[in-house]
Order: sequence, then C-alpha cells, then structure tokens
Amino acid sequence: MSSTENQGAGARLLAWVDARFPLTKMFNEHAAEYYAPKNFNFWYYFGVLSLVVLVIQLVTGIFLTMNYKPSAADAFASVEYIMRDVQWGWLIRYMHSTGASAFFVVVYLHMFRALLYGSYKPPRELLWIFGMLIYLVLMGEAFMGYLLPWGQMSYWGAQVIVSLFGAIPVIGDSLVEFIRGDFYISDITLNRFFALHVIALPLVLIFLVVAHILALHEVGSNNPDGVEIKNVKGPDGKPLDGIAFHPYYSVKDTAGLAVFLMAFSAVVFFAPEMGGYFLEHANFEPANAMKTPEHIAPVWYFTPFYAILRAVPDKLGGVVMMGGAILLLFLLPWLDRSPVRSIRYRGWMYKLPLALFTVSFIALGYLGMQPATPVYTNLARLATFIYFAFFLLLPWLSKADKTKPVPERVTYHA
Amino acid sequence: MLKRLFIILLLSVPMVGMAASGGTSMKTANVDVSNTASLQRGARNFINYCSGCHSAKYVRFNRLGADLGLTESQVLDNLMFAAERPFDTINVAMPADDAKRWFGQPPPDLSLIARSRGGDWLYTFLLSFYEDKGKTTGMNNLVLPGASMPHVLWELQGTQRVVYRTEKDAAGNEHEVFDRFEQASAGKLSAEEYDAFVLDIVNFLEYIGEPVQLKRVQLGIWVMFFLLVFFLFAYALKKEYWKDVH
Amino acid sequence: MSEGVDKSRRHFLTVATTVTGAVGAGFAAVPFLSSWKPSARAQALGAPVEVDISKLQPGEMIRATWRGQAVWVLYRSDAMMQTLPEVEVSLRDPESVQPQQPGYAANQYRSLKPEIFVVIGNCTHLGCSPGERFEVAPADLGPEWKGGFYCPCHGSKFDLAGRVYKGVPAPLNLKVPPYRFLNDSLILIGDDAGVA
Repeated sequence: MSSTENQGAGARLLAWVDARFPLTKMFNEHAAEYYAPKNFNFWYYFGVLSLVVLVIQLVTGIFLTMNYKPSAADAFASVEYIMRDVQWGWLIRYMHSTGASAFFVVVYLHMFRALLYGSYKPPRELLWIFGMLIYLVLMGEAFMGYLLPWGQMSYWGAQVIVSLFGAIPVIGDSLVEFIRGDFYISDITLNRFFALHVIALPLVLIFLVVAHILALHEVGSNNPDGVEIKNVKGPDGKPLDGIAFHPYYSVKDTAGLAVFLMAFSAVVFFAPEMGGYFLEHANFEPANAMKTPEHIAPVWYFTPFYAILRAVPDKLGGVVMMGGAILLLFLLPWLDRSPVRSIRYRGWMYKLPLALFTVSFIALGYLGMQPATPVYTNLARLATFIYFAFFLLLPWLSKADKTKPVPERVTYHA
Repeated sequence: MLKRLFIILLLSVPMVGMAASGGTSMKTANVDVSNTASLQRGARNFINYCSGCHSAKYVRFNRLGADLGLTESQVLDNLMFAAERPFDTINVAMPADDAKRWFGQPPPDLSLIARSRGGDWLYTFLLSFYEDKGKTTGMNNLVLPGASMPHVLWELQGTQRVVYRTEKDAAGNEHEVFDRFEQASAGKLSAEEYDAFVLDIVNFLEYIGEPVQLKRVQLGIWVMFFLLVFFLFAYALKKEYWKDVH
Repeated sequence: MSEGVDKSRRHFLTVATTVTGAVGAGFAAVPFLSSWKPSARAQALGAPVEVDISKLQPGEMIRATWRGQAVWVLYRSDAMMQTLPEVEVSLRDPESVQPQQPGYAANQYRSLKPEIFVVIGNCTHLGCSPGERFEVAPADLGPEWKGGFYCPCHGSKFDLAGRVYKGVPAPLNLKVPPYRFLNDSLILIGDDAGVA
C-alpha cells in the first residue's frame, strides 16, 4: 500500500468521525487554533504539569486499588504486600506517594504564578474559583488518601483533622461522630475514606479540571505582562501576540515535562521518603489507637495551615482562622483592586506585601513541622498575622499602589 | 467578622520566648546495604539472636536468599527451621499472649523497624544497654529508657555501666548528664567486634525495611539517562519550532 | 511564517522526540502490566503440595487442592487397569498425543506409576469438576460404561486415565499436573524436578 493511499484512508476515517463527533473541531479549539501569548515564562509550565500529575495519580491509584485492602485489619499489611510481593508494586506505590507531594508542589507554584501576574483578575475570576475548588478537593483527597496506609501518622493525622470539626459549636461532636461513623477512627472510617478517595473525589476533581480548562480557553490565557492579547488582533483576526498552542506550546511543554519527570524520578528512585517529608517515618509503624507518636506533624503541604491552627490559643478560633486562611484565597479577585494585573507594572505596595506573604507562608510551612515550642508558636503567630494582613489590607494597598503604565503589546525577546 | 479576625490577630502578636532543647546524641551507623557479606552475617545474627522473639513477617526466605546471594540449601541450613518452607516469611514461635505476659507488650515486628526508627537509632540502641539494678532485667537502655527488651546480646558485649558527670544549666541548677559507658564485665567479643556484630544486624534490618532499595537506585540511573535523552530531543524540537516566533 | 524553515531538521526532531516518548511510554507500561502477574504471595500459595497416599486402597481416590484446583489421586485396582485398553476405541485421544500431560505421563496410563493416577479435576470443556463414576454399566450411563469420570454440566465423559470419550463436548483429555514421588507414600504435586 502506498503512503498516499494510507493518508487517504486516514483522512477518510477522520472525516467519518468528524461527521459524527467534533474531534477536529475540539482539537482546533483547544490546541491548534487556541492562541496563547508568546511571552510565557518558567511559571507557565505548572498548569500542564498539574494535569500530568493528575494522570499519574489516577493511573497509579487504579493499580494500587487492585492490591490494597481497605480494612483496619489488612490495610497496613496490604501496603507492604504491594511494596514487596506484587511485581513492581513498589514503583507504583512510590509514584503515587511522590505524586501526592508533586501535585502540591506544582499546584502551589501554579497558584503563586497567579499572584505574580494577577491571573485571577477580571475576567478570570471564575477560572480562579474553579482552581481554588480544585485545590480544596485536592486537600480532601490527600487527607483521605493519607489514612489508607493505616500507619501511625495516618491514624493520628486523621484523628487530629477530624477532631477539628468538633470545634464547631453545638453540632461539633455529633458531626465528628458522623464523619467517623464510629466512636473513634476505625475500620468503618477507613472504609468510607477509601470510597471517597478512590472514586468520589477523583470524579469531582476531573469535573473541576475540565471546567477550569474550559473557562481558561473561554477567556484566554493571561501572561507575565498581564496584557490582554485579544485587544490587538492582526488582519486575519488572530491576536498579534498569540501563537498556536499546538505546536508551539505543546513542544515547549514537552521539554518542560521531561525536566519535571527527571525531578519526579529522582525522588521516586533515589529518595522516595524525601527525608521523611513525603513518607513520614512514623507511618511505617501500624496504627495503634493506644499510643500517639511523640511528635506528630501533617505532611508538608498541610503544614502552613496546621501552623495557623496551632498559633491560635483557642480551639474554635484556630479552626476559624485555618478555614479563613483558605477562604480568603477564594476572595482574591475582589480583594485586589489594582488597575494592573502583572507585578511587573505594580509598585512596592504590592511587591513588598507579596514578598512578606510568601516568606510567611513558607515560614508557616516550616513551623508546622516543628514541635510547638514557645518561640516557634510566637513566630507562627507573626507569620499568621502577615498572612492575614496581606489579604485584609490588599483592597487599600492595591488601590493606593503607584502602578506603571502597561504596554499595549507583550514584551518578548526571541 | 473581618474586624474580629483582626483583633484576634493583633492579640496574637508574638512575645519573645526561650527555646529548650535536649535528647540523646545518636551514633552514626554508616549502613551499607550493598555490602552483601555484612548482610549475610546480619541475617545469621538476626535469626540467632532476634528472631526468637521478633518476627519479620513481611520477609520471605526465598527473597532473602536471592537478594543476599545465598543458595536455597544455604538458606535452608543456616536461616530456617525444619518446619519452615522457602517461601515462608520470618515468623516467631512465641505466642503473642505469652510475649505480652513476659514483656508487657509483644515484641514488635522488625520488618519495617529501620524505616520507622532509622539505622542510627537502632545502632545506638543496641550499644546503649547498661546495668540498672532498679530494673527486673537488671538492664536499662539509654536510648529507650525503661525498654522492656532485655539485653539479649550481653554474653557477647559483656555489661557496661553509665558514668555521669555534673553540669550546670543556664539557671545555675546542677544536672547529672551522661558522660560515657564503662565496661563492667567482659563479653565474648571485644568492643570493636561487638560494634561490627551490631552493625551487621542494623545493616540487615535496613535491607529488610525495603528489600528493593538497591535495585531501585540502579534502575533509577537508567531512567534518568533515558529522560535526559528525551529532554535533549524535546528541547531541540522546541528550539526548532520557536524559530518561527519573533 | 515558515520561510527559511529547515523542514528536514524539524521532521527529524519531531520523529525523534515522538519515538523516544513512545519508547518511554512503553517502558513505563511494563511495571503496570507486570503487576498483574502472580505476586510472591500468590506463588507462595501456589507452591507444590504434598499428598500422603500411604492409606490409599486400590479403587479409592483422594482429593487435594493445588493452586485452587482439585487434584485427584486415584489408586487404580487391577480391574480398573484392565478397562484402560478396552475403551480405547471409543476415545478421542487414546495415545495422549495432545500435550495435556508432562512427557513422563504421556503413556497409556497417563501416570508415573501405572496404578497411581494423578490428574487435575477440571473438565477441559468449560471448567466444571467432573464426578467420579467408577461403577460399571450404571443405568444412566449405559451398558458400555466401564467406570470413569462424568461431568454433570455438559455430559462429558472420561475414562479412568482421564481420557476423553468421542462424541462429548470436552475436546481434550483431563490435564495431568507436574508431580513426583518423594517416596512410596508421598507425592509432591506441582514440582517435577528430577523426573525424566
């Protein structure tokens, strides 16, 4: 068969499908004729990388489910069964445990990008809300998944986090019982967390990710200059500063993917425990309801909020502050009243608070892992103060900030 | 609402405090799971001295033999009891109820002890038993005070006493702190031999904590190499296409 | 946009990246597919089993379980042995040509020792477990029946060496597992190391 006949057959098949399903139309809309600003920088890799990690988690998760047993009696042993007896089970498990942390690494960097370049500002508020919902579901997913190995940290982490709901006045205690389905974290709790972790939340997550991408492709991507590229179009109706996502960003993202996979593999193969940050040492001991580990700390991606919780010397107050810390992120598009998006054209009244906020978020992350000594607690209070001050002062600071004129076209040097 | 949050924040402005620190210093074990001879000795030591009370219920004898370069008959003769079969895991003969009666709690399974405690901790623990007349076993441990585990290796190590020294803290209070160990009675092994003996056990425990660890690293090098090649192609492709973008 | 583009270089790099990526995806698929193979525990549970035949009398059969399957050990009496050549004309594969047994059992008895018959008790039709019908010429199986195994699911018939009769749904003789004699009274099923 000659190659022209081959192409003919392929083209005919595609035409057959296109007459019945908008395959080419979708490919064009979302790739070949989706015009993205040409000045994307380092920070613009993490969206697509989040998608990659999602796929890694889904695939490895499905395979882990084939050998994991969601029961208090068997869960711990079934994880070790995967690690030792199942062929290549160790690799699949390490990919999943590393993937959990990698998810938060890329998502945090992705969110920080939005803070840098004002990606949440109109008309991208809903895009930001979808993203925040993804982040929220991701936290639930990570928390419930962490119970499944049924180690000491799994158990006591779940105990502490579930107890947070007990701080809610009036309904708190019955709510906690309702969540656990028992009078303590038990087989019943494990079983329902398993169901939520492997099917309920992933479905929600996938739905939200689709909504996030559709919203993005509706309004178009922001960029490091915060310039709306749709405002300057060429005679052909395409944005002058836009380039087709495929092939330009598909090839660029492929190179970025390779770098990411190297970092990911370096952890999986050379440091899967990541010094106790990705897999905590105490979690290699089976859950024991009679004995709390001497030092318990959540996995690193929760520690900023855990530090805020501990910084408040009141149970309800701590929970409210922790919830507030996340809630404020949702409100960002309305708190920021600056006329410009990108940090490139903002003044010190945004740059300095953002720097302080970033430092305090990282500091909270560190402090959340440390024992609650008086010095650390006070540092956590300072960092908590800065965290909240950033959001609460933003409406005034962003308004008062001296901004620079924003160019009409993006800045790009080949 | 926001106002109230603000007030809470203002109230939580930090005060200056003092940090307290303490803890027993750990010896460095320098474990090396690629040292097969040490792992073989460690396996023998483990079976002879540990497995009477401690199981390693996730570790299969045939896997052990394959990883440690032992033939099936070597594993059979040196590590296994008559009733055990090659694919069995290292279980313990002692019933859990008896163990609980004798030691207060059943001796923990050691499959993952190196991953939860770390090699340095295990090494220091096994070197830190000392005479303590106040304990029923006559022994105590500096790393895990009140350990219910007796000093199983005393015949080899002999016994040692703790020598304390007095230190003043910043507030001027005097404290007795650990200074050094002093040999009380000689054992079958010299101090160096005993150290090596313990290190072999720790090495073995480190290995059974994650039997695949050596292969994991070896495979990782190939994966990294492959990904580097992939990156070079992908990067060159990106460069090529982006010549279009001005 | 595309003037001055080195098309062959672009083509080469596209192919090189795609092929490398595809190879990588292929490698990445290996662990996932391999994880479906029997695990170390499955292999441990599927390890050879010993069957004690010291108390087995001629004409009696005992059942063992190996890898989740029924394994029958039948001690054929002299009368039973005599039926084997008699029924051969009605059998589909009397010479055991089909590889349904290890080489050392490809004889007219389909066994290592003539009297001791070891076989997996799953019908070669659709996997039901045939029943033992050692009586001669019972009412339901007709006057020609010399004793053997009868599958209730779809009516397949086998003789006392597990050989399938003509005209029944089952296509092949019953499968003989690998086995060896540890001594006169002990059979190891699932391991035939050292047997010719």
